[in-house]
Amino acid sequence: MIVELGHFALVLALALALIQSSVPFWGAMQRDPRLLAVAPPAAITQFLLIGLAFAALVQAHVTDDFSLLNVVENSHSQKPLLYKVTGVWGNHEGSMLLWVLILSLFGASVAAFGGNLPDRLRGLVLSVQAWIATAFLVFILFTSNPFLRIERPPAEGNDLNPVLQDIGLAIHPPLLYLGYVGCSISFAFAVAALIDGRIDAAWARWVRPWTLAAWLFLTLGIAMGSYWAYYTLGWGGFWFWDPVENASLMPWLVTTALLHSAIVMEKRDALKIWTVLLAILAFSLSLVGTFLVRSGVLTSVHAFASSPARGIFILAILCLFIGGALSLFAFRATTLSPGGIFAPISREGALILNNLFLTAAAATVVVGTLYPLALEALTGTRISVGAPFFNLTFAPLVVPLLLIVPYGPFLAWKRGDLRGVTQRLMAAFAVTILIMAIAAVLAGATNVLAILGLGLGVWLVAGALAELAFRVRLGSSSFGESLRRLAGLPRSAFGTTVAHAGLGLVVLGIVSASAWSTERILTMRPGETTTIAGREIKLDGVNQRQGANYIEKAVHFTVSRGGVVETVAEPSKRKFPVRGSETTEAAIKTFWLSQLYVSLGDVADDGAVTVRIYWKPLVTLTWLGAIVMAFGGLLSLSDRRLRVGAPRPARRVLAVPAE
Amino acid sequence: MRIVAFILLLAWATIGPAHAVTPDEMLKDPGQEARARALSTGLRCMVCQNQSIDDSDADLAHDIRVLLRERIVAGDSDDAVIKFLVARYGDFILLKPPVNIETILLWAVPFATLLLGGVGIFIASRRHPLSAAPPTTLSEDERRRLQRLLAEDQPAPGSPSR
Repeated sequence: MIVELGHFALVLALALALIQSSVPFWGAMQRDPRLLAVAPPAAITQFLLIGLAFAALVQAHVTDDFSLLNVVENSHSQKPLLYKVTGVWGNHEGSMLLWVLILSLFGASVAAFGGNLPDRLRGLVLSVQAWIATAFLVFILFTSNPFLRIERPPAEGNDLNPVLQDIGLAIHPPLLYLGYVGCSISFAFAVAALIDGRIDAAWARWVRPWTLAAWLFLTLGIAMGSYWAYYTLGWGGFWFWDPVENASLMPWLVTTALLHSAIVMEKRDALKIWTVLLAILAFSLSLVGTFLVRSGVLTSVHAFASSPARGIFILAILCLFIGGALSLFAFRATTLSPGGIFAPISREGALILNNLFLTAAAATVVVGTLYPLALEALTGTRISVGAPFFNLTFAPLVVPLLLIVPYGPFLAWKRGDLRGVTQRLMAAFAVTILIMAIAAVLAGATNVLAILGLGLGVWLVAGALAELAFRVRLGSSSFGESLRRLAGLPRSAFGTTVAHAGLGLVVLGIVSASAWSTERILTMRPGETTTIAGREIKLDGVNQRQGANYIEKAVHFTVSRGGVVETVAEPSKRKFPVRGSETTEAAIKTFWLSQLYVSLGDVADDGAVTVRIYWKPLVTLTWLGAIVMAFGGLLSLSDRRLRVGAPRPARRVLAVPAE
Repeated sequence: MRIVAFILLLAWATIGPAHAVTPDEMLKDPGQEARARALSTGLRCMVCQNQSIDDSDADLAHDIRVLLRERIVAGDSDDAVIKFLVARYGDFILLKPPVNIETILLWAVPFATLLLGGVGIFIASRRHPLSAAPPTTLSEDERRRLQRLLAEDQPAPGSPSR
């Protein structure tokens, strides 16, 4: 009964989405405030209805309703409760439902917090948002319905893929979707502005908080995915240039570019056409990502043929929205006037350079991901595009960008003083050289590239802090005065510093973990000892255990340094009888910012264990840095000048349409 | 099958837990083993999703790792080993695709984007040179737009610029 209620709510949400697609749009065309006023309540109700549908599906999973096909295929009565809940989106149908739930959440947020928007713009934005919702609701109801019952319910389900029975599934997909789908808001704003023919600095100001929110979720989602891969896959890698990862990196790069170009548009009324194009591209690439991951085109091109309806449906949605938006852009972009004027050496100039490099980097990821698919479809030639390709193309594009990042916030608008900025960055430069020299002495100067990479990370962090120090006049005025200035800085200024420093930490983590990792791959027996990074690792023995829905073979290790026991590590192998599959659980021990990673290969019956032990110096910075970046975004978002829902009672009176 | 395929994708596209290179495969000579490891990171396990044979635990990856080491022990140079494997499995095994008529676009796009973008920015900046002083008065069109904006709504919270 509850399931049918959810199913019905979903159909009703579709009907409402159709109304929200058309009525406010018509109102915008006719300039009728009564029709425009339909949009906000429709958006909020739509969110409630999809939320109801989602809750019904969660309820079915939690109560093991095996009369539902979706539950049978992805659940099991013995599965822990957490995974019964997260398993709701650990499958195609449920994950698409989560997708539209988040889409409607964003729509409802615009309706609820968009009180400062002009009614016409808000109506158009919500209308465009509803077009996307309509397309995906139709997709769910007709090709991927999670509410299908089966005639003869089995007594037990097929269980969830063991790899997904992990806390990562609870965090990673929702965060990533908040990022992907959050891009739909800036897309809707761009399309609405193109239809309206009105784009100005105020538009950029309205779009920026939504873009910032999407960006920070995307950042966290990608970092979480990377960490999940790191601890699950069992060999200590954290980025594989896998098409699924690339699918999330493409919109991230474009959203990052959009954030920066929107600043130029907001402050200087320049780069309007470009900013609108980026807003369209960011969501387009999110859709491409959704298509790549959901259609099955990636596992193999043949898997696509086995589910033609779904793949072609998403492809059609993709073409409709990307093609439609880009056509609209081509048709209307010329009507937008270019704005402010500035010298090449200026804050604007630096942000344009940022956009140029980010766009080229995004193009590299797009082409590296799609080219093999296109080439095989067109000529039948199969090629692989992997890490070595991106090391030769992506890295040379990103390194110059990272080098100039500290300059950007120092440069003045309109006309900057490059020499003056260089002087102000001398301290940061000196710190960088010093740390590089120390690293060269400690690690040996054999790996020059690694030392340079380390320097790049330090440069970013030191450069970001130098900018903050300059702003508060640290050193050039009294300490009390600096503190007072620090307290007076807007939060968005801190946001820039923190995000750029976070980027530096990510670079440090990646460089250090790739260049200075050490590994031991060997066969050990109980009682044997090996050493890594100055620590002795002793294999004590193998234990057999029974888990909730698996059998586990755990190998016990003692980690000691100079005879003093530091910690124990217990990597294991789990067998899931229902699916007949096995997972490897690595043991990861964190020592300050570095990690010891112990993973198992074969565990023979005679006690011989294949062991992989890695020492990953500073590896945690890779993800901590991303969290710091996202925190920078959050600081900026909390700046009261940007706050979406800042209450301004006096405005209420003005907003009431004259009737 | 479709569901399984999707789940594998969601799980960052790996086929089961990776065990990668195992001790019994490794060569006695550390120099040769280091060469083998370096080569393996650039070779694709062809049944996996963009995984190198160095990282994959698939049987095929194991077979290629063993084959690769056999060639190294037999005295082949790195180039000869790669040539041997490409002759056997095709370019698909290379994670760094060769530059040829079919892949030239792939290799060109990253730097062409940078170049074209740079040229585009240069032309755009020439078209609106700095010397052309910004108009100090509002044009008739702008005045109307300003009035419309003011009449229609107020801008977002806070002052428009700092």
